Amino acid sequence: MCTLEKRGNLFFLTLTGDDDHRLSPAVIDSLISSLSQVASQATRGSVLITTAQGNRFFSNGFDLAWAQSAGSKSVAADRLHQMVVSFKPVVGALLSLPMPTIAALPGHAAAGGFLFALCHDYILMRSDRGVLYMSEVDLGLPFPDYFTVAMRSKIGSVSARRDVMLGGMKIRGEEAVRMGIVDSAHDSVESTVETAVRLGEKLASRKWDGEVYAKIRKGLYPELCGVLGLAAKVITPKL
Amino acid sequence: MCSLEKKGNIFVLTLTGSGEHRLNPTLVDSIRSALRQIRAQSSSSSVLITTAQGKFFSNGYDLKWAQSSHSRLHLMDAKFRSIVADLISLPMPTIAAVTGHASGAGFILALSHDYVLMKRHRGFLYMSELDNQLVISAWFMALIKCKIGAPTSRRDVVLRADKVTADEAVKRGIIDSAYDSAEQTVEAAVGLGKKLVGRKWKGDVYAQIRMEVLSDVLDEIHIGNTGSKL
Repeated sequence: MCTLEKRGNLFFLTLTGDDDHRLSPAVIDSLISSLSQVASQATRGSVLITTAQGNRFFSNGFDLAWAQSAGSKSVAADRLHQMVVSFKPVVGALLSLPMPTIAALPGHAAAGGFLFALCHDYILMRSDRGVLYMSEVDLGLPFPDYFTVAMRSKIGSVSARRDVMLGGMKIRGEEAVRMGIVDSAHDSVESTVETAVRLGEKLASRKWDGEVYAKIRKGLYPELCGVLGLAAKVITPKL
Repeated sequence: MCSLEKKGNIFVLTLTGSGEHRLNPTLVDSIRSALRQIRAQSSSSSVLITTAQGKFFSNGYDLKWAQSSHSRLHLMDAKFRSIVADLISLPMPTIAAVTGHASGAGFILALSHDYVLMKRHRGFLYMSELDNQLVISAWFMALIKCKIGAPTSRRDVVLRADKVTADEAVKRGIIDSAYDSAEQTVEAAVGLGKKLVGRKWKGDVYAQIRMEVLSDVLDEIHIGNTGSKL
């Protein structure tokens, strides 16, 4: 599942368990309710740090094993579709969260797990272990529309997008920094999380108004707002 | 307010005085009329260089004048949309020689030019809105998206309100080049201007192409405009 802790200004959302933290329906529900709690407890200077237990996986994406354990191919497809659709509010919640968000990856982030990381304002990962990987092309699965929009919004370089989406590239920390996908890479889980905390404290000290922060963020990603059905437009700023 | 000079085929528009060159209706009207003059006087291949006197390029909207009046802020926004649309449709290359701080709408004014050259060692680019509890309008975002390519640089500018120095701005792909002094910045702008004039481009074709490149920005400028030509 996931746990939520608060230490000072920092909220810590942690995917728990020593497995590959699949985004099953139960985990997705747990994320939605945790993010809702975070939003309701937000104050000026709040920051969210999302991470995962263990030192091998951030998340390997949707629970395909649960989907495939269905009796038939069509029920399997329905189950996958259910997870794809139910994850949209998680993306929406992160997009609207009234505070800066940081993903600190202790290991691999693949498919939905990579997407989950991408939905954060800042991404830190390890340089010594773990890759970012959109496995869809290798698995023969098309991307849900919001995945494509998120990747288009967050991955700027044309060649990086091609490598991620069409190349099924497994990207290690330093390469991910060079490709402009993550902000920094660190040589252990501890230093990744520590750096995330330091960044969080720095951002918290700016004491930004969370509602304004969220509106600016949504304005930065209008296409993603569109595909999720969230209103983004600010025509003229109000004083 | 602002002054307009013509040196050969190079127009130099200067925001004058040692103040912050806040984009209140008076200054914006003065810029508007200078741009009208430029259009009237440009017969062949020309270039516009926009620069400023003093410590500031422009510190953005005149929030003191607006005094929390929504209609005054709306008026400044409407007028500023007009001159950015003017700049985007100007039939000649445009160069911003940023010789001081450019923040908020002042940063947007600089970015509204085809080339941005800037002075180092004092002066930064700063989208101050987040720090001032102001949301950023959709057309500002559209311009930022068209002019700053890397998603992380855009995030740093609007979602972290970084104060970006000239050298950092070059590194992040926000501006073209950085120089040691205001004089050198303007000199380099003139040098670049002469080179561009030498290409003998047809102004109206240049403007058409630019409008296509920045069509998303023009779309956002026109949405939410009251329609009246203020």
